[in-house]
Amino acid sequence: MEDFLKIADISYRSRLIVGTGKYKDFAETKRAIEVSGAEIVTVAVRRVNITDPNKENLLDYLNPKKYTILPNTAGCFNAEDAIRTCRLAREAGVGKTVKLEVIGDDKTLFPDIPATLEAAKILVKEGFIVLPYINDDPITAKKLEDIGCAAVMPLAAPIGSGLGIRNPYNIRIILEHANVPVIVDAGVGTASDAAIAMEMGCHGVLMNTAIASAKDPILMAEAMRLGVEAGRKAYLAGRIPKKLYATASSPLDGILN
Amino acid sequence: MKIKINGEEREIAPGLSIGTLLEQLQIRPGRVVVERNRDIVARNAYGGTMLVEGDILEIVHFVGGG
Repeated sequence: MEDFLKIADISYRSRLIVGTGKYKDFAETKRAIEVSGAEIVTVAVRRVNITDPNKENLLDYLNPKKYTILPNTAGCFNAEDAIRTCRLAREAGVGKTVKLEVIGDDKTLFPDIPATLEAAKILVKEGFIVLPYINDDPITAKKLEDIGCAAVMPLAAPIGSGLGIRNPYNIRIILEHANVPVIVDAGVGTASDAAIAMEMGCHGVLMNTAIASAKDPILMAEAMRLGVEAGRKAYLAGRIPKKLYATASSPLDGILN
Repeated sequence: MKIKINGEEREIAPGLSIGTLLEQLQIRPGRVVVERNRDIVARNAYGGTMLVEGDILEIVHFVGGG
């Protein structure tokens, strides 16, 4: 059965979106991404080290023809900086899809929602395909959808925390009302967290630390691919309702007496 | 003359274009984006954009991120 994640006009086979931070080196980054099966990868925009510029570049390892490069605005604490970062990223020539994150606080890395809304409005107007990182708040999700964002990306838990989905009920409400893909972004710790998000009906999962900081990132990349696939299939298959008492799996007819 | 590149003050020869500056810094133009005094400079304008005293340049590229 064909099953695609559709963002704006592009259809993706993989529902796992991965980051490129925190890996040992670019070779490991590349390998983990290959094994994860991801077709969308996030990157950050930073200053070139001008005293030692001849280093290898991430894009030498990630072919933009093979992957959708999704620049983020990590580290931006206001709308202006986030917009500036997106414009710079677009100029790099890898497309106009951006992961908008306006951080509100250093310790929690929770988003600044008023600033996120403000930036999203301008970026959508400028023709960007905006994928915003948000709290697990259904009202924010709706507002960003109304602004014209191509997806909404509620956090499962704080970035890099590995706590898994802290508020499945809110995620469920977001899912019920959304007309754009809902991608759980941040806070996933292990494959079952990803599977749970997908079983709930989320359209995708975005993660970085859970893979890159695992003891064996390549193996975890595979585990995440399988977790996302398993969760998606279970969602499509339709799980049985939970019941308090047993229902026998074996027929009761023909029991010896 | 003095300009600022990525927050660092640098002494450069007058009459330098952005293209030549990148060459001198051994930066591949295809992998970076340049902002001059808060305005993005298109890649095909690097050669024709002359730097002047006091210019503030930001040269950025993609790095690993989540």
